[in-house]
Amino acid sequence: MILEATRISKSFRGLKAVNEASFSVEEGAIVGLIGPNGAGKTTIFNMVAGVFAPDTGSILFQQKPIHGLRADQICAAGIGRTFQIVKPFAGLSVLDNVMVGAFLREKTSSGARSLSASILEKLGLGPKRDLPASSLTLPDRKRLEVARALATRPRLLLLDEVMAGLRPTECDQLVAVFREINRAEGLSILLIEHVMRAVMALAGQIVVLHHGEVIARGSPEHVVRDPAVLECYLGEETEV
Amino acid sequence: MTRASAALAVVAALLIALPAFVGNYGLSVATLILYFAYTGQAWNVMMGFAGQLSLGHALYVGVGGYVAGGIFYHWGIGPWAGLWVAMALCALLGVVIGFLAFRFGISGVYFALLTIAFAEFTRIGFDHLDWLGGPGGLFLKVAQRDTWDVFNFRGPPLMYYYTILFLTAAALALCAWLLKSKAGYYWQAIRENEEAAQALGINTFRWKMVAVALSAAMTSVSGVFYAFYYNNLFPEQVFNIGRSIEIILGPVIGGVGTLFGPILGAVVLTVLSDGLTEILAALGWEVPGIKQIFYGVVLLAVIMFLPNGIWPALAKRLRL
Amino acid sequence: MSFDLVVNVLIAGLLTGLVYGLMALGLSVIFGVVRVVNFAHGELMTVAMYAATVLFATLKLDPFIVALPVAAAFFVFGYLLQAGLINPFITRPEHSQFMLLVAVAIILVNALLMIFGPDARNVQVDYQLDSFEIGKILVDKARLYAAGAALLTATGLFLFFRYSLTGKAIRACADNYLGAKVVGLNVKKYYALTFGLGSICVAIAGCVMVLLVDVTPPLGPYYTLLAFVIVIVGGLGSMGGALLGGVLIGVSEALAGLFIAPSAKSMFSFGLLIVVLLLRPQGLLGKR
Repeated sequence: MILEATRISKSFRGLKAVNEASFSVEEGAIVGLIGPNGAGKTTIFNMVAGVFAPDTGSILFQQKPIHGLRADQICAAGIGRTFQIVKPFAGLSVLDNVMVGAFLREKTSSGARSLSASILEKLGLGPKRDLPASSLTLPDRKRLEVARALATRPRLLLLDEVMAGLRPTECDQLVAVFREINRAEGLSILLIEHVMRAVMALAGQIVVLHHGEVIARGSPEHVVRDPAVLECYLGEETEV
Repeated sequence: MTRASAALAVVAALLIALPAFVGNYGLSVATLILYFAYTGQAWNVMMGFAGQLSLGHALYVGVGGYVAGGIFYHWGIGPWAGLWVAMALCALLGVVIGFLAFRFGISGVYFALLTIAFAEFTRIGFDHLDWLGGPGGLFLKVAQRDTWDVFNFRGPPLMYYYTILFLTAAALALCAWLLKSKAGYYWQAIRENEEAAQALGINTFRWKMVAVALSAAMTSVSGVFYAFYYNNLFPEQVFNIGRSIEIILGPVIGGVGTLFGPILGAVVLTVLSDGLTEILAALGWEVPGIKQIFYGVVLLAVIMFLPNGIWPALAKRLRL
Repeated sequence: MSFDLVVNVLIAGLLTGLVYGLMALGLSVIFGVVRVVNFAHGELMTVAMYAATVLFATLKLDPFIVALPVAAAFFVFGYLLQAGLINPFITRPEHSQFMLLVAVAIILVNALLMIFGPDARNVQVDYQLDSFEIGKILVDKARLYAAGAALLTATGLFLFFRYSLTGKAIRACADNYLGAKVVGLNVKKYYALTFGLGSICVAIAGCVMVLLVDVTPPLGPYYTLLAFVIVIVGGLGSMGGALLGGVLIGVSEALAGLFIAPSAKSMFSFGLLIVVLLLRPQGLLGKR
């Protein structure tokens, strides 16, 4: 298990956002985290990524506890993340954006530059590397966000609704990229998604969240037929 | 980039050769320009790199000047020793202010106000510090000015000119090098989006502190120069908020966060304002405060029409 | 040092503090609503002070009377300043707005220096040296009237914001810029109005202050800082906080002047600012 969250809870001013949630990610697996809005998905992400600590419970990454660490420490430990609302370094070029991430592991500018360039190629942003990040379209900004996170050479990548706002073809392209990285480098991925097309194509395991609690987990085929899931989120008419 | 390097080489050559063309007055103007260029560059490290607006930078100039000046005044030890003490002390001061601000999550306007408060507090404090002259000022012995006494930093105007020229060049080189390095990338990331920077493994608190300490230390050198160039220090003058504003005028007009902005801004401001004073004097008008109004108007114009400063627009035009 | 002396100094400080409070109220309103760091606030106050001296010298009019037309003029000036100069800057980064007003401040201070020179000026009315006697306590008439004017203005402003439709609209703009726009409020107009209202406070505070203090151009930056100290200590967005902060600063300045040294009095204010910024940035009465 590369990531194990055990009975983590988080309350905000008396409102319990996440209640005793437990889930895990196997090394090299892709796990999807789905559920209706307000279910607590991003809160879980933020706990794993170190934005804030869980009130109770533990999070183990590579068998070492990471709950309570700062966001930058968690990145250094090997977890990369994207943001639901993308946060590019608008004043920098595309390449420079990725280089910021690359400098975590690369000692020299040239090393950082070549790593960044190759990652940009992989994500189809190669030709745009010298453009200012502010000039990118939303799909490209999302790819940039992913590229930046990948430059930190994570063992686990957290993707927060990265498909939102993308057209089906763009979505499929990105799915293919993730599949490839997962296959070639064994990168584990935990993704929050509403776009079921992507979840079904990528996830080997799905965890379903509702009102801060895990209500179902298992393989995609199994979860999609779970009556509780259908009732709270997918709807009876869903065909996937 | 060779176009830019060529331009830079030409400018450097001109500056080195300048004393041959201008008299003592011209040299003093050039020294003043470079002084503001250097100090503006030092301030730029905190603002342009770490994104923290400091309106109390006169604090570091003052402390630097008083420390080195005081050491020379009381114990006759030259500025080369005083310099290190000044830099260390100011770096520490910067770290304290930075620590207080960042730990408590103070940024933006509140941070600026905090820096002002520290500068003002220190100004009044030094007014009551008789050991360093108090409100009457600290006066350094003006020794024989013909020979170059590098050790005690006493000499003709030429020596001061080349010193400040060297300092400005060194600051420029340092900033250029930093911008291209990991530090530069990290600082710019923090300035652009601190949360995203943290998600990429950057300990933003530590890096902001480094920028603040570096900026403070660099600025203190400016203070040391000031003390030994003018040979007198008054708390009212040195720590004055007007001085802090003077420091930022160059970078803001030239271009915050850019490499050449502070220098360009200093040149534009001093040349134009001195030119204005000359014209007015020629017309027989002695107007107190006209120079400052001029600064204010230029600042206003730049902020309204060239918000990123003159340098970015100029560089684009000259295709550097 | 007699008890009576201390009480007299305290009362004087309190009354002066109320005038400070009015000045800070103007800033609180501007800062709290438009979110503009009005770095020219003290300079505006100084302009008002000079206006009062000029009108007194030429027309022999008491500053309390003069305060009304000056306030009206300041309202217009403030309105135009916001509408013409500052409004386009709302979406610009913070330090741009800041620098804009720094520029205005520089121009104002030095224009005053140019026109009036560095020497101190003041207003000497007939009742300047009169005081009320309550037992052994002496209360300066001028100071009492000034504080009264300050309280009156502050109350007027408070009622305006509480009960008038425009006042509520302004508060809406302050609470939620986007929301206010969505419900059709012309936010930019209300911003300009607010700046005008803040300027009224400054005008009246300035006109009455000149009875208590001599005016010189460097007073501008000093008052700007003082206004910020008061607003931050008292709490942003709280009108009562501005007055409370003003009184606090007025009293502490008076006491510091009495017990330590007159020149050290503002050191206390800045020290207080640092402490408040660090420990309770929302101030005494402000909301986070």
